[in-house]
Amino acid sequence: MTTQSFGKAIRRTEDDRLIRGHGSFTDDAGSAGLSLTMIRSPYANARILSIDVSEAWDVEGVQAVLTYNDLPGRLVEPLPLLIPHPSLVAPRTQYILAKEHVRYVGEAVVAIFATDRYVGEDAAERVIVEYEPREAVVGIDAALGPNLVHDDVPGNVAADHVEHVGNVDQALVGAPHVLELDLDMERSMGSSLEGRASHATWDRHSRKLRIQNATQTPTSVRFAVANILEIPDEQVEVFAIDVGGGFGTKVIHPWPEDILTAWGAIEYERPVKFTEDRVEHFISSSHERAQRHQIKVGFDDEGRILGLDVDFVHDNGAYTPYGMIAPLITATQLPGPYKLPNYRVRFRSVYTNTVQVTPYRGAARPHAVFSMERTIDRIAAFLDIDRAELRRRNFIQPDEFPYDLGMIFQDGRPAIYDSGNYPELLEKVLAMIDWDGFPERRSQTPSGRRRGIGVACYVEGTGLGPYEGGHVRVETGGKVQVSTGLASSGQGHHTVFAQIVADELGVPFEDVEVVTGDTRRFQYAVGTFASRAAVMSGNAVAEAARLVKEKAIQIAAEALEANPDDLEIVDAQVQVKGTPARGIPLAQVAVLANPLRYSFSEAARAATQFAGAGDLDEPPIKPGEDPGLEAAGWYSPVRSTFASGAHAVEVEVDTATSEVEILRYCVVHDCGRLINPLIVEGQIHGGVAQGIAGALYEKMAYDEDGNLQNASFMDFLMPYCTEIPEVEIDHLETPSPLNPLGIKGAGEAGVIPVSAVIAAAVEDAEGFQINHMPLFPSELHEMRLMNAEVSE
Amino acid sequence: MNTEESYEIRLKVNGKTQQITAPARRLLSDALRGELGLTGTHVGCEHGVCGCCTVLVDGAPVRSCLTFAVAVQDREIRTVEGLAADGGELHPVQEAFKECHGLQCGFCTPGFLMTACALIEQNDDPTEEEITEAIAGNLCRCTGYQNIRAAVRYAAEIVRSDKT
Ligand code: FES
Ligand code: FES
Repeated sequence: MTTQSFGKAIRRTEDDRLIRGHGSFTDDAGSAGLSLTMIRSPYANARILSIDVSEAWDVEGVQAVLTYNDLPGRLVEPLPLLIPHPSLVAPRTQYILAKEHVRYVGEAVVAIFATDRYVGEDAAERVIVEYEPREAVVGIDAALGPNLVHDDVPGNVAADHVEHVGNVDQALVGAPHVLELDLDMERSMGSSLEGRASHATWDRHSRKLRIQNATQTPTSVRFAVANILEIPDEQVEVFAIDVGGGFGTKVIHPWPEDILTAWGAIEYERPVKFTEDRVEHFISSSHERAQRHQIKVGFDDEGRILGLDVDFVHDNGAYTPYGMIAPLITATQLPGPYKLPNYRVRFRSVYTNTVQVTPYRGAARPHAVFSMERTIDRIAAFLDIDRAELRRRNFIQPDEFPYDLGMIFQDGRPAIYDSGNYPELLEKVLAMIDWDGFPERRSQTPSGRRRGIGVACYVEGTGLGPYEGGHVRVETGGKVQVSTGLASSGQGHHTVFAQIVADELGVPFEDVEVVTGDTRRFQYAVGTFASRAAVMSGNAVAEAARLVKEKAIQIAAEALEANPDDLEIVDAQVQVKGTPARGIPLAQVAVLANPLRYSFSEAARAATQFAGAGDLDEPPIKPGEDPGLEAAGWYSPVRSTFASGAHAVEVEVDTATSEVEILRYCVVHDCGRLINPLIVEGQIHGGVAQGIAGALYEKMAYDEDGNLQNASFMDFLMPYCTEIPEVEIDHLETPSPLNPLGIKGAGEAGVIPVSAVIAAAVEDAEGFQINHMPLFPSELHEMRLMNAEVSE
Repeated sequence: MNTEESYEIRLKVNGKTQQITAPARRLLSDALRGELGLTGTHVGCEHGVCGCCTVLVDGAPVRSCLTFAVAVQDREIRTVEGLAADGGELHPVQEAFKECHGLQCGFCTPGFLMTACALIEQNDDPTEEEITEAIAGNLCRCTGYQNIRAAVRYAAEIVRSDKT
């Protein structure tokens, strides 16, 4: 048998290039063209009175200086609303260059095309823009106040949405106990180390616009660019070779700079590149995570939840290009692994004069889990029941799947959990952290320290549709070429898809080469987000490999004069089962699959029209057949598959400095069958690190005028290795019944319950309620003072 | 308007001396990436905080985004491309990052490799604290650092076992 590679910790095929410095990130592409430099608004809310660009044109090396009024054709329209939703009654998207108004600090106002970025910035200094500033709307309180972000959006409300299951009002009235919680979380952002980037070249001979773009979704960038520039799709090629992290930010498209570089390449017949610098990434890409939740929960004496009523406000920033995806996810993922017979959630999504808010790894699930898990802990404290035990009492049980939440998920389909085992996840993580032994450990806490422990559980909808596809082709040289349309930004897709194809087809892993995110290789795709790539493209390439296998067996059966049912593929050879001596190499089958007129090698000679084989009364390619040993496969699920997990953490808080130290961090994770544990664990490490960042270190510090005061890595406290502990991981593998490989998504999981679990542990250590994240030492210190006052 | 004066700058990178013509304000990171086409050195912040752009100058890690090309004329510069011969055997730090899954997107990786290289070439048996100290100035958004630490540890191990 071919050595199986699915499930093995195979080292990544991506790495060799990257560690030699031979990666191909967008900014690495050609340097001979023009560089695009943007002038951005210094005001959060202002009218543009005038723009004087005349002096900038005189700078040597400047090709063009453009304002809104210079834009041609469809470039004058607002950027597309990518995902409409019925609740989104007042969608607004920004213009490529600001038209009359600016609505956040960082909004693009002027575009400069120059020989390099140095020259572009020199020219930028010579542009004079006159603004008439207005009162900025910053933060949720301001959004609910009198000042407006968009004059035609009353109350700043973009969307107002309610979903409910059962009858919450009745449940709350009848509940023996009712508690209320007010929770809020701050903003953060993806902060990939590579910013946004696009490099466009126009080949006037072949009439092709070639775009390398740091995107999670090249196929859609292609359609967007073609659409806005009003040129045929066929003329546009988009590829993302290496992308230096995405985390959701790079699923948003097209950015103003994507369109301007593409347009400029054609207009000036020179390559045009835009590479975002760090400040720009802070003020002109996307943020996420700011929400405020009001919760009312009714429960019985045993702690079983009878009704949950959640009302939250989502700060969507100045524009809504990605629709209401983030708050919709909070709404539907909030129940987590618990049974909520009566649940109502309402959200209002409001405009503020800040950077737009779009999904960032976890995509508003951290807020959902923070709400649910804080609620559970509060009930446990109220009833004086062990927090783990309270979870057990509310879990959906393993024999209750499929479990219908009674709501519509972000993919527009019913939220039905496909499989899982929540009690076992919990028991495993409790054993891992030795939950029962904690009182003993606490009693040994050194003086000057307080110790606490917390646990949190989550369910994550992953692998959502509509579809992905994959293509597999066996070359006559024996290499197996695989492509899929979605892009990679560090997830190890090239490795895991090769594992899947190697196993399905029966070839060595080393023979498989994978390309992702290149519209020249595969034109149809949705993209990499929502922990969907492995599930979607994984199952698609598996299907393509199965089709290729079938075809190879058909062709080989003729050549070997054998019954197809008696054939198998082992180590890249099609052979009679158990009889390697009666076989034909797959590479040779690839030769036979393509009847040739011309011969160019020894192997090809066997496939020419005079090679002799076949029935002379039949055409060389029979009806219904295609030449070539290749096939495309598709995967389109009826609905999402739901992964789950439980995290536990033990912390020590310093009584003097209020600093939180993580002593142990344990994860039990269930993403169905594991394709490659090394890669899944890497994803969890990275996710947990981002979770800890959001729980303890990061926030976007806006002042009341809408200036982002920490728009640099000096001030935005993205953790170094000194802040991130070792993460201990165990797996549970509950296969998904929804797809043939039994897999679920894993990309975002790590980040989801981190704020919740750290809040729980700090609350346990401090003995007062934690309702706010992140927990900076200064804030924890304030909370201590406040709680000391209250208890005096 | 404002024609900028250019200089002939001799850069000795990975053992090879090359001449470039660039203005005095050309950053070493831009000169390496632009003029010399050595795009393995990445730029993540341009303000000296992320460490992506780390190269070795006379054996010591230096932020090439905070260094003018003209300032390191004739010094011994090493970049990630110089760690292994083209297609040739990997340097122990490269080997270790691959083995330990010490990279995901790979954007921060050249900076970590050069930083780790400087460490283990001076000290092939670093303590945990010394490892932390060495890499604590480099940001990575993907890995959570756990496998990066493991990789540095393992790189030192490879160097030690190569010696015995
Ligand atoms: S790019 Fe030089 S330290 Fe970030
Ligand atoms: S591997 Fe992506 S930033 Fe480190």
